[in-house]
Amino acid sequence: MSYGPNPWQQTNWDARAAGNFMGGGAGCGLLLFATAAGAQGTLRVVLVVVALALIGVGLLCVWAEIGRPWRALNVFFHPQTSWMSREAAVAPLLMASGAASLLWPQLQPLAAVLAAVFLYCQARILQACKGIPAWREPMTVPLVAATGLAEGAGLYWILAPWWGQGNILSWLTLGALLLLRFVLGSAWRRRLAAALRPASLRAVDRTALGWKAGSLLPLALVLIGAAAPPLPSVAALLLQLLAGLLALGGGALFKFMLVTKAGFNQGFALPHLPVRGVRRG
Amino acid sequence: MTRWTMIADLRRCVGCQTCTAACKHANATPPGVQWRRVLDMEVGEYPNVQRVFVPTGCQHCDDPPCMTVCPSTATRKRPDGIVTIDYDLCIGCAYCAVACPYQARYKTEKPTFAYGQMSEHEQARFDEGRIGVATKCTFCVDRIDYGLEHGLTPGIDPEATPACVNSCLAQALAFGDGDDPDSNVSQLLARNKSFRMHEEVGTGPNFHYLWDAKDDDDDEAGR
Repeated sequence: MSYGPNPWQQTNWDARAAGNFMGGGAGCGLLLFATAAGAQGTLRVVLVVVALALIGVGLLCVWAEIGRPWRALNVFFHPQTSWMSREAAVAPLLMASGAASLLWPQLQPLAAVLAAVFLYCQARILQACKGIPAWREPMTVPLVAATGLAEGAGLYWILAPWWGQGNILSWLTLGALLLLRFVLGSAWRRRLAAALRPASLRAVDRTALGWKAGSLLPLALVLIGAAAPPLPSVAALLLQLLAGLLALGGGALFKFMLVTKAGFNQGFALPHLPVRGVRRG
Repeated sequence: MTRWTMIADLRRCVGCQTCTAACKHANATPPGVQWRRVLDMEVGEYPNVQRVFVPTGCQHCDDPPCMTVCPSTATRKRPDGIVTIDYDLCIGCAYCAVACPYQARYKTEKPTFAYGQMSEHEQARFDEGRIGVATKCTFCVDRIDYGLEHGLTPGIDPEATPACVNSCLAQALAFGDGDDPDSNVSQLLARNKSFRMHEEVGTGPNFHYLWDAKDDDDDEAGR
């Protein structure tokens, strides 16, 4: 057991990097959910535009963070092993197919598939960071993916009711995604605790209230909305809006915390101490 | 094959930081950037407390996570095991810095100088190419290459040896070819018990720490 330099929060990736995971995750989740839910007409256009805007803002955040922004195209050079290169390679295809789907809706499923790939790349980017125990934990991949999907579902339910769309199946899917996110998050936290990462764990626990409020509260609202007798339209709208906002906020809070607060490195450790002079028992 | 290897004998290091200073001098790193860092660690609980000085830096891993994640191919590994950074390719995303389990990488956002203003010697050695990109220990690769071109042996001949090793007043640091069983570092590893830091991460660092002499029983057991 060593008491040397303790792990400290990484400072290389700040809120701008977190912005990429927040915007990209929510945008990809929205594109996927809007496609799966079969959004129609103006709502479909609005959802696709919002999704692409979020992804674009996330990419701009990263661009603002890199030290040599005018060399940004070099990011494409290493798709063989780098998940960042893979994410970058998918991004233009995603943006192009998403934009094209505004005119040709039959392209939207392609954009949704690319959004899923983009989201997966984002999760793998974090998990590939061997220097950050809370990120390299394998459970990070499904957790970050589920968080993006739940955020997307939340965004859908913030917007869809204004156009009178959204059915019971997509309402229940929001609940299922929230439940999945919560279960994965709880399992991820247990693994952190088992791996003795107290600093990361403290950061995670500091946002536990927000995490629960962003997962369990909207889940409860989903259940109420599904089980209760038909609500007046204003009440139903408020319920859907609140559930969506909480789902979105909870996911964003988690990813911001993960990158900027729980990104502790593992410090330094000595499995053996030097034997000097007389040997110690 | 050649595999350049660094050894730090924890029994010998006195924490004088001469290696840190020598590295800064040799590589002109700015304030706050220590490619060769010496940790001052306090280990144990009263009254059984031990102070240990631990030289660290880039471990030039066999399977460097920094290279795997690098999106621009700026980080590469030479056949002799040295992990390098091409400052002209690096985009400064710092992905390598968060992937490194040894906190060995630095990214300097803007020029900084020891006393605020750029001094004469800082001006002479300032390199704009190192701003906004990742930097780290190179094992003084230029010295190694120079030495090999001139028939010298890295780790033995000072002109071909990393500056930190040359400067170590306690001979705590050693450098040589880990694949050559007759090299200085192979001999040190054969005679002593050693470990590599964060072995569990699976990076295969080429930086070994000596902590005790092997006794006869260990030799027989092949440890």
